[in-house]
Amino acid sequence: MTIFTNARLIDPEAQSDEIGWLRLDGDVIAERGTGTPPEGTQIDCGGKCLAPGIVDLGVKVSEPGERHKESFASAGRAAAAGGVTTMITRPDTQSAIDTPEVLEFVQRRAATDAAVKVKHMSALTKGRDGREMVEIGFLLDAGAVAFTDCDHVVSDTKVLQRALTYAKSCGALVIGHPQDPGLSKGAAATSGKFAALRGLPSVSPMAERMGLDRDLALIEMTGVSYHFDQITTARALPALERAKQNGFDVTAGVSIHHLTLNELDLGNYRTFFKVKPPLRSEDDRLAMVDAVASGLIDVISSMHTPQDEESKRLPFEEAASGAVALETLLPAALRLYHAGQLSLPQLFRAMALNPAKRLGLDSGRLAEGAPADLVLFDPDAPLILDRFTLRSKSKNTPFDGARMQGKVLGTWVDGQQVFES
Amino acid sequence: MAFRQKHLLGIEPLHPDEITALLDVADRYVDLSRQPNKHSDALKGLTQINMFFENSTRTQSSFELAGKRLGADVMNMAMQASSIKKGETLIDTALTLNAMHPDLLVVRHPHSGAVDLLAQKVNCAVLNAGDGRHEHPTQALLDALTIRRAKGRLHRLNIAICGDIAHSRVARSNLMLLGKMENRVRLVGPPTLVPQQFREFGCEIYDDMAEGLKDVDVVMMLRLQKERMDGGFIPSEREYFYRYGLDADKLAHAKPDAIVMHPGPMNRGVEIDGTIADDINRSVIQEQVEMGVAVRMAAMDLLARNLRTDREANKGVMV
Repeated sequence: MTIFTNARLIDPEAQSDEIGWLRLDGDVIAERGTGTPPEGTQIDCGGKCLAPGIVDLGVKVSEPGERHKESFASAGRAAAAGGVTTMITRPDTQSAIDTPEVLEFVQRRAATDAAVKVKHMSALTKGRDGREMVEIGFLLDAGAVAFTDCDHVVSDTKVLQRALTYAKSCGALVIGHPQDPGLSKGAAATSGKFAALRGLPSVSPMAERMGLDRDLALIEMTGVSYHFDQITTARALPALERAKQNGFDVTAGVSIHHLTLNELDLGNYRTFFKVKPPLRSEDDRLAMVDAVASGLIDVISSMHTPQDEESKRLPFEEAASGAVALETLLPAALRLYHAGQLSLPQLFRAMALNPAKRLGLDSGRLAEGAPADLVLFDPDAPLILDRFTLRSKSKNTPFDGARMQGKVLGTWVDGQQVFES
Repeated sequence: MAFRQKHLLGIEPLHPDEITALLDVADRYVDLSRQPNKHSDALKGLTQINMFFENSTRTQSSFELAGKRLGADVMNMAMQASSIKKGETLIDTALTLNAMHPDLLVVRHPHSGAVDLLAQKVNCAVLNAGDGRHEHPTQALLDALTIRRAKGRLHRLNIAICGDIAHSRVARSNLMLLGKMENRVRLVGPPTLVPQQFREFGCEIYDDMAEGLKDVDVVMMLRLQKERMDGGFIPSEREYFYRYGLDADKLAHAKPDAIVMHPGPMNRGVEIDGTIADDINRSVIQEQVEMGVAVRMAAMDLLARNLRTDREANKGVMV
């Protein structure tokens, strides 16, 4: 019978942000209100923000295969400290999660080691090599929440069309990476003045729209439920908007890095800023922020991708892509709040409510009966990020040394506190 | 203004006055190199290591000769054949070399930015001898010296850089240097090999040689870098030569006293007609090679002076 009092309740469903109280009953939210709180064990929130825990769609935990980069235990600690109460993990591990057996292995590892809830995605094709679809039916039964080959684009449209048709018949959600594989081959940056100056192999932002257009045609053909993992360029937005207006079951996400950084951050070949797709122009970044505000882009995720020092301390072209972000997702997102571009309910709609809804989870809400997955945070607390304080095994964050605002004070999963600062 | 750099990683960080200062020193080394006794003691006692992760004959021998003329102990490491093949990372290679106490490290690497990365990990002066498609500063400096000596100035000239701009670090460094010295630069070539983004650096872009060469003072040809192409930039070498190769007809559009340059090695009959390349009234290609040694002597001399000053200031401290 825990009661959070004097809390600034961030409700992404009602899009409200008001002071009130919230009562838990075991592992669920029992009731909330604005007046005098009921009797019981009280936690005084001191006017800080209480929001549904973040549902992070697209986290890479490097098990199996590269546990030295990130394990379920370390990722779980990082998630709890970052206010992430559900991690949706990616199958781009070594080897890929593409059979029910491997899925059961990671489920077992996650259940014993991770401090937060973990749901797993499966590959769409065996070995993520775009030739043969996985056992979508078995994997769904085993608990896979979505099917994706991550950044490997299925280039054979016939293979993809069959996989989408089959997935549709099973009611499975497919997640795709919109990118033309030919144009983007070997690219390390977005083409433009900056990449030309630095002499980096680059890809036109148009490659994203081409990938999106192709996938939209296949969605129209098959009627599958489809989510684009990352939309990062302004030119892709009109097609996405049309597809939604036409009633296709389509949603889209964007990574926190594409919302808060741009291509100029690469500076003098800083490999911690090398992500996939590459960081875009400032115009594109602003267009993505607007698209999140309007709801055209549904989901913000961390795209947490641990890489060890060895794979990053290389010439830019050779360095591995990706950045860790479980712990920096919230403070980075709060930059958009402090800049007056997104409200807190809008942020939590994209970071908690929408991803949960898309995957059929009942979390991401502050409603009665919803699971008591909560994050309490101070949106104003300043910090200078030191990457060596991160709980992830890998420290490859682009925010090292950055001035940020926003501190997680506590995280609860099913009513149990898993983190306290 | 004196030359203040610790490394020579590119043209981008240089101030125009530093470029002028370096070229002035290089002029003196041209004179020295024409003496029977070509020796100076500017680098006496210093160790110069040439690390080439990519094939090079002329740049490497130019640096080697420059170092030897200034009295440095020069060592060449053919990195393609060495530990890189055994899986050693660039950083580990750098740390290994650093332990040998080099004073000047000359590096060429196939990836953009690799020389910058290496420079962060060693405590000696690093000279970029070409990194990927990024920069090749000594080439731009030797081109500048050649132009300055042939034209009597290095400003207010119309200069056309022609051919494979996309794959060329020489083009990037030249673009930057010639821009800093207030010249008008044109890029001429097929659109597949001339990134349109360069327009934003204030260049004019042409895809027609006759228009592009009209009234220019300097024609700078670039080598078609077949080894960096992953296919399909031009239909064939003969069509390329027909449309973009420099021959007498195309050169006739330039000013009558325009000079012809090429960083070498040349593909005769692909980007340049042999008779133009050999025309001693127009071509300064051989001078470029001579200026190359002098510019590299000047660059190493100036960096060594800064290195010595730096070490003097930090005496007793391991830097």
